[in-house]
Amino acid sequence: MTDPFVIAGTTFSSRLIVGTARYPNQKVMLDCLEASGAELVTASIRRISLEGYAESLVDVLGGRYRLLPNTAGCVTARDAILTAELAREALETNWVKLELIGDRELLYPDVEQLVHAADELVRKGFTVLPYCNEDPVSCQKLADVGCAAVMPLGSLIGSGMGIANPAAIELICSRSTVPVVLDAGIGTASDAVLAMELGCDAVMVDTAIAQSHDPRRMAAAMRAAVEAGRLARLAGRIPRRRFAEASSPQLGLVGS
Amino acid sequence: MQLRVNGVTEDVAAKTVSELLDSRGIDPTTRFLAVAINGSVVRRSDWSSQSLGPDDDVEIVRPFSGG
Repeated sequence: MTDPFVIAGTTFSSRLIVGTARYPNQKVMLDCLEASGAELVTASIRRISLEGYAESLVDVLGGRYRLLPNTAGCVTARDAILTAELAREALETNWVKLELIGDRELLYPDVEQLVHAADELVRKGFTVLPYCNEDPVSCQKLADVGCAAVMPLGSLIGSGMGIANPAAIELICSRSTVPVVLDAGIGTASDAVLAMELGCDAVMVDTAIAQSHDPRRMAAAMRAAVEAGRLARLAGRIPRRRFAEASSPQLGLVGS
Repeated sequence: MQLRVNGVTEDVAAKTVSELLDSRGIDPTTRFLAVAINGSVVRRSDWSSQSLGPDDDVEIVRPFSGG
């Protein structure tokens, strides 16, 4: 059964997007990326250390993955746009995971600036995937300005609190005209299953794998979870009932 | 002349982006580097010709791990 995941005309066989940060070491990160089956992995853009520099992340990844640079940490549209432009120059990709933070403690998106920056980046030829609020109106505005997907948060970045508002995520999925990627808040495999069952097209995970007691095993769990959730979504869940409905035949009971 | 390089103000003798990278021990042919001056990206092909001016704000970046 083929079930490709397409963003802006690019087809992926994996519906799991994985981050490259917060792993115990580089070896574990590489093992996890492989175990996750991810094809698209995120990176940040940072000032180079002027006191010498080590091997590049990109060299370490060895061309096996498509990189999705982010604008993590940016709090103004101006800085986010410049970061995206630097990423395009450094990585020769016009894809960007647009993050515009409105509160440094909550890392919640600043919707006003996000929509403005997304609009400008689309005009400049970028394929924009914005990390955004779990709000159907924000998601629609981002799709309207030409974003290639939306990435609503399940809960706060790095919190592991799962999907705080499943009804909102389900609404977004049912109305969105672009792919929906659940981003942020995933704590364990069942959160990823739920995201896919709610109708998300893909899931983005970093901390839940990297900071797990056994990251390699969690990467494999996330891969299986995303696949299971997608299959269940396509299959369709049975309706919820208030009362029991026997599964064994009711005729021919012993003693009847 | 004085420049801001990655947020730090300092005296610099380099006259071009390439010379600035060289003076920091950064090989300008290193892949995956990007440079901006005063908020505008300078394409790699212009690094040897793009001259630096007093008080320019230079950003030199590369990809790092990220989520």
